[in-house]
Amino acid sequence: MTDTITASDAQASAASQGVEPKKMTMVDAINLALHDAMDADPKVLVLGEDVADAQDGGVMGVTKGLSTRFGVDRVKSTPISEQAIIGAAIGAAVGGYKPVAEIMLMNFIAVPMDMIFNHAAKLRFMSGGQTGVPMVIRTMTGSGFSTGGQHSDYLEAWFAHMAGIKVVAPSTPDDAYGLMRAAIDDPDPVLFIENMPSYWTPAPVTKQAIPIGKARVAREGSDVTIIGHSLMVTLSLAVADKLAAEGVSVEVVDLRTISPWDRQAVIASVRKTGRAVVAHEAVKQFGIGAEIASVITEELWGELKGPVQRVGAAYCAVPFSKPLEQAFAPSADTIEAAVRKALA
Amino acid sequence: MSNWPKPDAATLLEIYRKATLIKQNDEHVIKQMMAGKLVMPYYSPRGQEIIPSAISVSLDDDDYICTIYRGIHDMLAKGFPLDEMWAELAGKVTGTCKGKGGPMHLTCPEKGMMVTTGIVGSSMPIATGLGWAAKLDGRNRVSVANFGDGATNIGAFHESMNMAAVWKLPVIFLCQNNHYAEHTAPEYSRAIDRISDRAAAYGMPGVTVDGNDPDEMYGAAKVAIERARAGEGPTLIEAMTFRFNGHIFGEAGHYMDKSIYAEAQTKDPMPILRARLLSEGIATEADLVAIEKEVDSRIVAAIEAAMAADFPDVAELKRDVFAEEIA
Repeated sequence: MTDTITASDAQASAASQGVEPKKMTMVDAINLALHDAMDADPKVLVLGEDVADAQDGGVMGVTKGLSTRFGVDRVKSTPISEQAIIGAAIGAAVGGYKPVAEIMLMNFIAVPMDMIFNHAAKLRFMSGGQTGVPMVIRTMTGSGFSTGGQHSDYLEAWFAHMAGIKVVAPSTPDDAYGLMRAAIDDPDPVLFIENMPSYWTPAPVTKQAIPIGKARVAREGSDVTIIGHSLMVTLSLAVADKLAAEGVSVEVVDLRTISPWDRQAVIASVRKTGRAVVAHEAVKQFGIGAEIASVITEELWGELKGPVQRVGAAYCAVPFSKPLEQAFAPSADTIEAAVRKALA
Repeated sequence: MSNWPKPDAATLLEIYRKATLIKQNDEHVIKQMMAGKLVMPYYSPRGQEIIPSAISVSLDDDDYICTIYRGIHDMLAKGFPLDEMWAELAGKVTGTCKGKGGPMHLTCPEKGMMVTTGIVGSSMPIATGLGWAAKLDGRNRVSVANFGDGATNIGAFHESMNMAAVWKLPVIFLCQNNHYAEHTAPEYSRAIDRISDRAAAYGMPGVTVDGNDPDEMYGAAKVAIERARAGEGPTLIEAMTFRFNGHIFGEAGHYMDKSIYAEAQTKDPMPILRARLLSEGIATEADLVAIEKEVDSRIVAAIEAAMAADFPDVAELKRDVFAEEIA
C-alpha cells in the first residue's frame, strides 16, 4: 500500500512548494485541465454537442473558452450524432490525435455503444497492437435533479465489463483535474464520468498528476472500510464523520479509477479493518460492487469479520417524483445503515 | 461523366493486375477452406474486383481506408502485404495482427488500412474521423469509407455523411452496391432506386456508376479524390456490382433471384476487362498469362509461409488489451 496516494499527501505536496492550492469547482477544474492539456499538446482535440463558445462552451460550461483560445478546428461543436461523434474521435485517435469527446449525459452513451465497445475498446487488441485509440469520453450523470429515467443513470459497470477501456470517476475537483490530464495522456480510451451534483462545490486544486489505476484513502480508519467513487465518497465521508462521534473509526477508499481498479489498495484497507461496504449510485444488482465484494471475499476469506455489504440503487429506472428519486439512489443514510450492518 | 478522366493503358493494366490478385486470392482462400486448412468466416468479394482496383490506382499509401468484413479486395488493391495477410487468415503469430484479428479485422497502417470492421455501417464514422485527422494534418491525404448497400440503412451512414459534409472533410463514401444486403434484396429495404440520391440530403455530390467498368469507376473515384484533396469536401459514390458467392462462405444464395444472378454473370468484370486489354492491344495473351502466373506464385508462397508459421503464444491474451501489458 506504499504507493497509494492519500489526500494529505496532495495537500502536503502543494504546501511544501509554498503554494496555497486554489479552490475551484469541478466544472472549473475540468475546464482548466482541458485548457492545460490543449496548451501542452497541439494534438489534443475537443468535440461534442455544444462544446464550442458559439454554443456556450457546453451546456454546463465545462468547455467554455476552449474554442476561442484554440480555434474551431480543434474544438468542434457537432451535430447531435453520437455515433459520428465517437466514430470521429476514434478515427482522429487512430490518425494520431488525442480527442476528448463529450457525450453530454451518460444515458446518451447507449447510442454510440457499438463505436465504443466494438471499436474504441478493441482496435488495439484486434490489430495486434498496430493501432491504438488514445481518446477520452467525457460524460456527466447523477440523480437528484428530477430528470427521470433517461438522464441520470450510472452505467460504469457496462464499461468496467469491457476489456480495453479504462473508467475513471473523480469525487473532487483536484482529482478531476489530475485524472483528466492523465486520461488525455493515456495511450488507451478512457471513459471519464463526471458527477453532476458534485460540479459546483469548490475545493482546493493542486494541479498534480493523478495516475490512472490508483485509489486514494480519503479518510483513514480502523473499524470498517467504505469503498466508493464519485458522490458516494462525499456521502461516505459524511457518514464517517457522524460515526466518529460514536467512536466508530471508518476508512473511506475513493476508487478514482473503476477499471482497472486498485485491488491492492482495497485489499490492504479491508485487511486492516476486516469489514467492507461497497457503495455506488448505479443499480445494485450486477453493479461493480459485486465484483469488488467478490474479490475481497476471495482474497480475505477467513480474515473478514462479516460479509461484505453492498449499497446501490433500486432495481428500477430512475424515477421522477422527488420522494421516489430520493429513495431510489443511495444516500448517507443507506450507507450508514450498511456500515452498521457490517459492524453488527 | 463524359468529361471524367479515363485510365491510360498502363493504368488499365495496373487495374487488371490488382483485380487478378483479388480474384485469384479468392479462389485460393476457397480452396484452402474446402480443404479444411483455413477455418474462418469468409465473405467472398468475387465479382467486385474492379471497384477497389480502379480507386486504388489514384490513392497513396498515406491515404486512409476503412473497410468491412467483405473487404479483402479493398486491402489487396491498396497493397496489403500478402504474407502477413495469409498468416493472419491462418491465425498465425506472423499475421499482420499477430493472429488476434483475423479476416474481419485486417489492419495495416503503413499502407493506410486503419480499421476493418465486422459491424455493418461502422466503417463510416471512423473514416470520417480519419478525414478530420487528415484535414488537420494538412497533407492532402484522403479517407475512403468502404461499405455495402445494406449499410446505407443504418444510422451511422447518415450521421457520418452529414458530419463529413458540415465539416468539409476529405472523405470518399464508397458504397459497393452488390444488390443483396445479407439475404435481402433492395425492394425489401429501401424505397428509392439510387442510393446516391441520398447524398443530396447532406449537401454533397452523389453519383451512381457501373462499378464493374474500370473507366467509370476510375473516373468517378478520381474526381471524388481530387475534390477531397482540394478541400471541397466529401462525395458519395454508389458503385453497382454483384457478389457471386453469396453473403458468407458455405451459403448457397437460395434467396437470390435466378434471372438477376444469370444477368450479373454476363457482366462478370474479369473476363470483360481481360478481353478488352487484348482487343485494344494494351496487352498480349502472353503478357496477361505472365501477370496471372506471377500473381499465383506470390499467393502460393504466402500460403506456404502462413501454414508453416507458429500460432501465437497464449501470453498474447494479456497483450494489446492496453498499451501496457496487463498483469
